[in-house]
Amino acid sequence: MMPQTVIFTTLLVASLLFFCWSVYRRFSLVYFGQPEDRLDQPARRLSEMFLYAFGQLRVLRKPFGLNHFVIFWSFVILALANGEFLVNGVFPSVSLALLPEGVHRVLLFAFDVVSLLTLFAIAFSFIRRLVVKPPYLDSLYVKGRSPEAFAILSFIALLMLAYFGLHGALIALQTEGNSSAMPVSSLVGAWLGQHPSLIPTVYLVSWWVHAFVLFAFICFLPHSKHMHILTAIPNCYFGALTWPATQPREKFEKGAVYGVGAVERFTWKDLFDSFSCTECGRCQAACPATNTGKALNPRQVVHAIKTNLMENSHALREGRSGTLPLIGDEGEGTNTEEAIWACTTCGACIEACPVLIEQMPKIVKMRRHLVETESRFPEELLNLFENMEQRSNPWGIAPGERAKWVSTLPVQPFVAGETEYLLYVGCAGSFDSRAKQVTVALATVLNAAGISWGILGKDEKCCGDSLRRLGNEYLFEKMALENVEIFRERGVTKVITLCPHCLTTLKNDYRQYGLELEVVHQSELIAELIRSGRIKLDRKDDSLGRIAYHDPCYLGRHNDIFDAPRTLVEAATGTAAVEAERHGRNSFCCGAGGGRMWMEEFTGERVNHARVDELLAQKPDTICVACPYCMTMVEDGLKDKGAGQVRVKDVVEVLAEGLLRKNA
Amino acid sequence: MLVVVCVKQVPDTTQVQIDPVTNTLIREGVPFIVNPYDTHAVEQALRFKDRFGCRVAAISMGPPNAEATLRKALAQGVDRAVLLSDRTFGGADTLATSKVLAAAIEKLAQEEEVGVVICGKQTIDGDTAQVGPGIATRLHFSQLTLVDRVDELDLSAKKIRVSRKLEGRHEHVEAPLPVLLTVVRELNRPRYPTVAMRLESADAQVEVWDNKVLQLDANGIGLKGSPTWVSRIFSPERAKGEMLGDGVHDPEGAAQLLIDKMLEKDLLAL
Repeated sequence: MMPQTVIFTTLLVASLLFFCWSVYRRFSLVYFGQPEDRLDQPARRLSEMFLYAFGQLRVLRKPFGLNHFVIFWSFVILALANGEFLVNGVFPSVSLALLPEGVHRVLLFAFDVVSLLTLFAIAFSFIRRLVVKPPYLDSLYVKGRSPEAFAILSFIALLMLAYFGLHGALIALQTEGNSSAMPVSSLVGAWLGQHPSLIPTVYLVSWWVHAFVLFAFICFLPHSKHMHILTAIPNCYFGALTWPATQPREKFEKGAVYGVGAVERFTWKDLFDSFSCTECGRCQAACPATNTGKALNPRQVVHAIKTNLMENSHALREGRSGTLPLIGDEGEGTNTEEAIWACTTCGACIEACPVLIEQMPKIVKMRRHLVETESRFPEELLNLFENMEQRSNPWGIAPGERAKWVSTLPVQPFVAGETEYLLYVGCAGSFDSRAKQVTVALATVLNAAGISWGILGKDEKCCGDSLRRLGNEYLFEKMALENVEIFRERGVTKVITLCPHCLTTLKNDYRQYGLELEVVHQSELIAELIRSGRIKLDRKDDSLGRIAYHDPCYLGRHNDIFDAPRTLVEAATGTAAVEAERHGRNSFCCGAGGGRMWMEEFTGERVNHARVDELLAQKPDTICVACPYCMTMVEDGLKDKGAGQVRVKDVVEVLAEGLLRKNA
Repeated sequence: MLVVVCVKQVPDTTQVQIDPVTNTLIREGVPFIVNPYDTHAVEQALRFKDRFGCRVAAISMGPPNAEATLRKALAQGVDRAVLLSDRTFGGADTLATSKVLAAAIEKLAQEEEVGVVICGKQTIDGDTAQVGPGIATRLHFSQLTLVDRVDELDLSAKKIRVSRKLEGRHEHVEAPLPVLLTVVRELNRPRYPTVAMRLESADAQVEVWDNKVLQLDANGIGLKGSPTWVSRIFSPERAKGEMLGDGVHDPEGAAQLLIDKMLEKDLLAL
């Protein structure tokens, strides 16, 4: 055996052993997580994996994602070349040349071109980090311009350069019979042909650089953020098959632990998520809290879980809880309470993540711990919790006043068998003076279309949405059980909701209690009535001027209803609504979701101000919403911004006004 | 030392209407809540427990369903809950009520010395603010009403120093133990029960004492022992509102006027 082979083999074996040990040390930590079934429906999971991991679907949503796409696929293709190099280093007689010549030539051509593409992609990556510097690359503990990031980029570049050096030298030595299949290496070979004295040195240096960079990669990989190349693909396989619009139930029994107060209380998938984070910063770029200067940064939350798990790994292996708190004072590996309460549960982070990490549900899990175990939460929430428990509405208004909005028009109670739809008015639609106008508008439209509907009146209770998103699962469960009982008793099967929060709770959350309702948001039902011709508007109304539509998170992102509200606007006005810069799936929260509606906003810019600015950039005369929370937030934002001349309307109000004008 | 806190179950008065014919409260379908002031009393008792390790007992006089109110106190962390319930206690005015509560506290004191009794400043149904002082008088305890801050409780010197919230001013006073405090909302922020405490309290024992236990003269308690009787109950006519400013100009000035008015009427605190 040649000494080169001996040294190579020894280093390779050592690197592989170190790699295996490192991977074991890290991934075995995932087993400290709680059980969670993420193995069902393998066929669907495989297709998701191909779509998101190999297809890089989410990566490509940002223009620069193309660069990553190139690097990813180069990696996949070059894995074959690098594999050959490693095997060949141990067994010099084994190489891809053993393959049929045609196949070998195609591979060599691919390797050559792909390596060049990768070099360009790496150059762009350097430029992006050093010159363009998008703001979301950095956060408090994760830096886009870290030595680690540059080390990884340099490794890849070196690998490509070594590849060309090695193959150029072989071509110059005329030992490579397939040089015609390798255009880039041939150029290097031609240059070396003019400097023959350099050939042996270039060959030797390239070979060893190639070898050492590969070994370094193998060793470094499990200890860096580059580990995502191992975890991202399985993470896409284990990703949530349905959008996580709801939270899992908890079991309330003596001695049980509620929520997540220590890292091992997360599920194994939560922990695996933290190892899959590529630190790309897209979640933080999308997050309304981060964007307005709050303590929360979804990337930091995921990073903190990883850091916390590793810091506490020693204790966990000994069966103890770690000493670094998961929730506590500012510091790496810890989440502050301020950050945990800043989340609007809008889900923009989940939508943005290229490797299907679910950031928001982790925050709700920590809220559960704070509320249910520690009884620690922002002061304002005490009133909310008491009002919900005692009067079943967030304002603490007497439940008897729930049906007061009907005073202006005749409304029938819901009777099973006679009434088709239950109109679940919701707390805002019942008590909030502005939202009550929307309820009346909705009732007018339903009557005009001849829909059979009724209400529960003072027997209606709050759905409990805010409680669940705020982590007060105990109280939510109590209210959910009451509501499920009422719906069953009254024989309710089809429900119209005014509010997207009621919609999501009745539709997605109550399913966990065995209640399968057919729940539609008013905009969905009305859009369908327009399509089927049951609502006709002949005269188009342009009195509202230029209309901008704001997507409510719980209607759009959480429940996939994007077109229906737009249909209403277009049907009533004859013109499509203009879009804010961030709209549809990427819409930006109004600031009221996740129970933030009931909390003060002390830090940074107000979320509703940021959103209103964005909407005002479209120069609208009217802003349309489809959610009572958004209504309040946008109206308040406009007042604060001195833009009171811009009106805010629910889409159903626009339609109702159109109908009234038609009948006038 | 034992701290006794008196709580009452009251109808949620925001939901109570008066029957114009019978002049009585329409209680049907109206949910019961813990008298809001009493939740602050419970919190103060629990703070003494946290600080000094003393035991806390919650007592309530009322019908059997008032147990829910005591269970809530148990969920917040009181050690013992006693419901004073007997048909003969029913229909009591503030005098008869304070007799029963005082007797119960005396009975508790036979087992463990009672250092502090805490009540809410008043209940939101009766609004008399007489029961707390009535108990103190009967027990010969020092009486500190309208407490909005406890500055010091010195168990060895057996004295307490508090701040009392009076109209437009505060009074800092000291009294020897045993003492009865009635408290206002500004005193503290009641704790929210953890799930574990709620589950614990669901199975916890609420003791029920009837008059066989207290052995009070039946003529001095309940309806018979109540010299007060209600001749009429009605919703007062709502006074006409007042326009501040002209509704068009100088909104800041109008807002300032409104704030001043509210401060003056003690509807706002600075």
